[in-house]
Amino acid sequence: MPKHKATWKEANIAGMVFEPGSSAEYNTGTWRTERPVHDMNKCTHCMICWVYCPDSAIIVKDGRWVAFDYDHCKGCGICASVCPIKTEAHPHTGKAGKVIQMVLEQD
Amino acid sequence: MVVSTKMALDGAHAAAHAMRQINPDVVAAYPITPQTAVVQTFSQYVADGEVDTEFIAVESEHAAMSACVGAAAAGGRVMTATAANGLALMWEVVYIAASMRLPIIMTVVNRALSAPLNIHCDHSDSMGARDAGWIQLYSETAQEAYDNLIQAVRIAEHPDLLLPVMVMQDGFITGHGVERVEVLDDSAVKGFIGTYTPEYSLLDVDHPKTFGAWDMYDYYFEHKRQQTDAMSKAMKVIVDVGKEFGETSGRSYGIFDPYAMEDAELAIMVLSSAGGTARTMVKKLRSEGVKIGLLKPRVFRPFPAQELADALKGVKAVAVLDRSISFGAMDGAGPLFLEVCAALFAAGLKAKVVNYIYGLGGRDIFPQHFEQVASDLQDIAATGKVKSLVNYLGLRE
Repeated sequence: MPKHKATWKEANIAGMVFEPGSSAEYNTGTWRTERPVHDMNKCTHCMICWVYCPDSAIIVKDGRWVAFDYDHCKGCGICASVCPIKTEAHPHTGKAGKVIQMVLEQD
Repeated sequence: MVVSTKMALDGAHAAAHAMRQINPDVVAAYPITPQTAVVQTFSQYVADGEVDTEFIAVESEHAAMSACVGAAAAGGRVMTATAANGLALMWEVVYIAASMRLPIIMTVVNRALSAPLNIHCDHSDSMGARDAGWIQLYSETAQEAYDNLIQAVRIAEHPDLLLPVMVMQDGFITGHGVERVEVLDDSAVKGFIGTYTPEYSLLDVDHPKTFGAWDMYDYYFEHKRQQTDAMSKAMKVIVDVGKEFGETSGRSYGIFDPYAMEDAELAIMVLSSAGGTARTMVKKLRSEGVKIGLLKPRVFRPFPAQELADALKGVKAVAVLDRSISFGAMDGAGPLFLEVCAALFAAGLKAKVVNYIYGLGGRDIFPQHFEQVASDLQDIAATGKVKSLVNYLGLRE
């Protein structure tokens, strides 16, 4: 990886990328206008959000839902759309609905 | 010792012969007049097992150049050929090949762009691609087309460059005109071009890479600066390779092919096959005491601005002949003229310059046209006045 803000003499030729998997270093989370929020109390760890997330931005440990990877989540809302579990009062929004709900990024 | 065989070849067959000797890993091409003989002849070599090349018969020129980009990114030595509308259809990928720094070699058998439909020679096709980032070499004869194609391999693959090279020859005039061509031994060509070991290759699985990745406003500019820097290093490589080719073949190549330029006060500049007629007329005019010379450029990209200014020092009037029009440019001038004007202005030279558009759509240029040009140059040198900046040779007025 060239150093951050490489000059034209330092940058890789033709923008080639010499390390595999380096897209993890690109924080696409900055593109987001809305972000998903999660209700840990009601989550059943069914992992449907993990299956559907197109950016692998659901962090899972030992078969349990841990967190969103906000560095890479683009806020597409697919996780909120596919989440099958209901909650009566979401801890972030206070609203009845799904365990995963979308809020404005600045919220 | 130089070992060569004299063969009767037209320019297209000379190019195919060079391709057979280069034995590229991949050729992806689509036939188009007047380039067809190149691809047809080469595909016969493939069918006959005379080369090891993977030949990809594609459905269009856009696909041809796309396949070339993929094969070159994979690390192959890759060639193709096209003309006119075929080059136009490649357009998007022609730029991508150069920007991805892939040393692809392409013969362009120059043909007029449509419309109206025309299959004969002018330079509107390759001149349209002059800012695409390819090195451009223009050939006067079948011999030069053969020699340039072999040198192009070494130029393109030079580690300082990694730039694609277009080798031009005039459609029908050179492409279908049979000439005596001195062909090198297969082993001499093999030795001259050497083995290609790509510095960056998709098939180098131990060192995985991504080619042509997303490049935002934070890096695109830097990569374009790299690209123009590589082009600025090309002239030295072209000259070095041309000299080394001379040691192998007995035919050295430089940036220009000058004739009678030593004490010339008047100069004619023209690309490709018309150079032969121009040289004959310069010889005749010299015998009549006219101090005229011919400066035929071989390299158009990168444009040899400083070298041109050096070559034209002391010249009072220069006629630049263009086989294409840069529509909407100053007075509808041709691209060679515009580049010459820029080079002379930047060097502070005060020579008078005049432009002649000729040969569009295969219109012949005759010796008397050069006599007219020489007569105009004598008037311009005597009066210091250019009556008409852009003129037309062989046009019904």
